Amino acid sequence: MIEFQSVTKRYDDGTVAVDELDLTIDDGKITVLVGPSGCGKTTSLRMINRMVEASSGTILVDGADIRSQRPAALRRGIGYVIQNAGLFPHRTVLDNIATVPILLGTKKAAARRRAEELLDTVGLPRELAKRYPAQLSGGQQQRVGVARALAADPPVLLMDEPFSAVDPVVRDDLQEELLRLQSELGKTIVFVTHDIDEAIKLGDKVAVLRVGGKLAQYDTPATLLAKPVDDFVAGFVGRDRGYRALGFLSAHGVEVAPLSTLTLGEPAPVVTGWTVVVDERRRPLGWLSAKSTVEGEIRSADLVAGGSLYVADSTAAGSLRAALDSALSSPSGTGIAVDAEGAVVGGVTADSVLKVLDAARRSGEVPS
Amino acid sequence: MSIFDQISAWLSDPDHWKTTLGIAGIPQRLAEHVQYTVLAVVIAAVIAIPLGAYIGHTGRGGTLVVGIVNSFRALPELGLLILLVLVMGLALALEAVTIALVLLAIPVLLAGTYAGVRNVDRAAVDAARGMGMSEWQVLVKVELPNALPLIFGALRSATLQVIATATIAAVVSLGGFGRYVIDGNSQREFDQMAAGAVLIAALAIVAELLLAGVQWLVVSPGLRKNSRGRARVR
Amino acid sequence: MNWIIDHLPQLLSVSGEHLQLALVPVAVGLLLSLPLAWVANRWPVARAILVPVSALLYTIPSLALFVMMPLLLGTKVLDPINVQAALTIYTVALLVRAIADALAAVPESVIQAASAMGYRAVGRFFAVELPLAVPVLIAGVRVAAVSNISLVAVGQIIGVGGLGFFLLQGFQSSPPNYQEIVGGIVLIVVLALVVDGLLALAGRALAPWNRKAVSR
Ligand SMILES: Nc1ncnc2c1ncn2[C@@H]1O[C@H](COP(=O)(O)OP(=O)(O)OP(=O)(O)O)[C@@H](O)[C@H]1O
Ligand SMILES: [Mg+2]
Repeated sequence: MIEFQSVTKRYDDGTVAVDELDLTIDDGKITVLVGPSGCGKTTSLRMINRMVEASSGTILVDGADIRSQRPAALRRGIGYVIQNAGLFPHRTVLDNIATVPILLGTKKAAARRRAEELLDTVGLPRELAKRYPAQLSGGQQQRVGVARALAADPPVLLMDEPFSAVDPVVRDDLQEELLRLQSELGKTIVFVTHDIDEAIKLGDKVAVLRVGGKLAQYDTPATLLAKPVDDFVAGFVGRDRGYRALGFLSAHGVEVAPLSTLTLGEPAPVVTGWTVVVDERRRPLGWLSAKSTVEGEIRSADLVAGGSLYVADSTAAGSLRAALDSALSSPSGTGIAVDAEGAVVGGVTADSVLKVLDAARRSGEVPS
Repeated sequence: MSIFDQISAWLSDPDHWKTTLGIAGIPQRLAEHVQYTVLAVVIAAVIAIPLGAYIGHTGRGGTLVVGIVNSFRALPELGLLILLVLVMGLALALEAVTIALVLLAIPVLLAGTYAGVRNVDRAAVDAARGMGMSEWQVLVKVELPNALPLIFGALRSATLQVIATATIAAVVSLGGFGRYVIDGNSQREFDQMAAGAVLIAALAIVAELLLAGVQWLVVSPGLRKNSRGRARVR
Repeated sequence: MNWIIDHLPQLLSVSGEHLQLALVPVAVGLLLSLPLAWVANRWPVARAILVPVSALLYTIPSLALFVMMPLLLGTKVLDPINVQAALTIYTVALLVRAIADALAAVPESVIQAASAMGYRAVGRFFAVELPLAVPVLIAGVRVAAVSNISLVAVGQIIGVGGLGFFLLQGFQSSPPNYQEIVGGIVLIVVLALVVDGLLALAGRALAPWNRKAVSR
């Protein structure tokens, strides 16, 4: 557990970057610090490993004041990942990852062996081990940065906008990877970003800071979206928050109605309405329009592209947001529900989603 | 006989390769020239590299370094040499010349080391501290290895400058290859002058190639130009 | 100080001579290196030849290069052309590499934008690429000018040395004439600093967009 007790940071030039911050960061969870540029996120994060010294107040890690340890010793027990990774250009990927264990006295060979395992952990092929940072893509560098921070298996990981310098697709990959990693490792992660979507996607809890280093709200993402405490937070959380809040509600209970399907290559019957066309493994290929006049076999050229798919596995139903989106984006107005293998299991309509939402609201599951 | 034939005749004359009757042969002149150069470069490096690294690491005094380097570039080598020899006396000519050479090499090395350390990716340095390296470890394990290309660049410039200035040291009656140019000039023996010039150029080129070779061996492959164009600093 | 005042007319004329020996090579070298740098930037083969050759020439110590010039040019040993030609070689060796690198550093997007506006290769070079290379060019010219001014003195060893004359004469007279030596050194340093300052000002006038970077 990391505890900020009325921590203030005033820089030499008089800038108050963090003002009387009280914050309790839970063990084994991802806590995201988010807020506009210059609001003191980086400063707060760097006070935890004493890269910045607090002007007043106390920071406790597992109940112990961080000032009771020498900075270097403290930092060796805390993973640190920054924007652009900050890899050492003169060292190979493997030696970059092995840095902290070697600092801590692990034998070089053992540290390298551990580093190789970490390549697997962060989803990098082992062939990259002998490369130098300059020979990696931005996304790969960032993964190496994460592996390097994990090398000494620290319980706490500090991450300062680690994914903000890569393109959106890669960023999405890296976020998924972090969530997967976290589900296996259960670290205490403090994650800084200025991107509210990233905060909501990754955070178990999100702390919104306002400029001047004041804590505006500290809550779960669902509560933040549903009940921002003031206009600043509401503005920061952004538009469409009602819609995005659906992402936190389970679509369990949404009716999946049977859907008539045709297989590609089959002779077309007389069409009576929108029909889903599937391949031989029942994976959806597109829609046959109600007005279509296909004669003979159905070919791909006859199909209208479908919308997003709603994955309704029996074990883990998707979110209300996924279900609603599939319905709204479908040309027929009916979203296609598929199972984990991608085979069509039925259709969902916007109506059925809203009915479940209504029920959830009445039962008090949704804060209102 | 063309001048090129004269040079090769002069160079292949066995008499010029032996030291006889107190007249130094090519090997001895080479040894002298190398001795002046190595001594001066080593002394300058011992002073300038740690100082440059310290200034680069702390960032304090950077403008001073740049100022010193710029003003030294304007100083005429010949004048510095002559003045130091006169002040210290001809009996201490070797010491005077060494001091002059060291003084010329220090600014180059200081600037190169300073720029090298200063130019290391700030994110890498930040990460190094964040991982729990001590200041000394940050300098030795991260900043200096990354500064090596620029430090070597400075070492090469400094060595070339010292070789060139050591040539001029013949004016104040020191040995080295410069003697052939000075003596050839005063004795109106152009073949000797030209052969001396060829020897000097060859020495400089060999020294440059040697240092480039050492740099290739010592600097991490991750820092080579083709892997990512790094800003060059003069 | 007395010596300088007593010999003022002579010093001024020798200073002029010194500057001419040092700066004509800078001007000629600049004119030669522009097309060479353009060629080096345009064709990789040319670059692969020009850059190492420049580095090699830059390696040769000044006194040796002065002495070699008569061999290459067929001039007399005491001809001032020898010193000027050698300093021109240094200037070209320094500038070709620097300008070629600066041209290579012009962003591709800028070049394409210029082409899209209808510039052809040569027009684009003078309108876009060269102006963007000006800061590097000025920096190179400053280094060349300052080091040429101090190298001219070395030429005195083979009889052509501008203010270097006073250095050697002061050294060889008995007793040695310190005033003459120090006077010579000071004048050379002053010339170098003044020329450097003027070039820096010229650079600011020519590349106003770079002012922040220059003053840094
Ligand atoms: N070393 C410093 N000296 C003086 N002021 C500083 C220093 N570092 C940061 N500040 C100031 O403190 C405030 C908070 O900075 P901080 O870097 O913590 O912001 P941030 O929330 O991380 O912003 P960003 O999203 O832009 O990274 C800013 O006003 C900044 O200008
Ligand atoms: Mg920040």
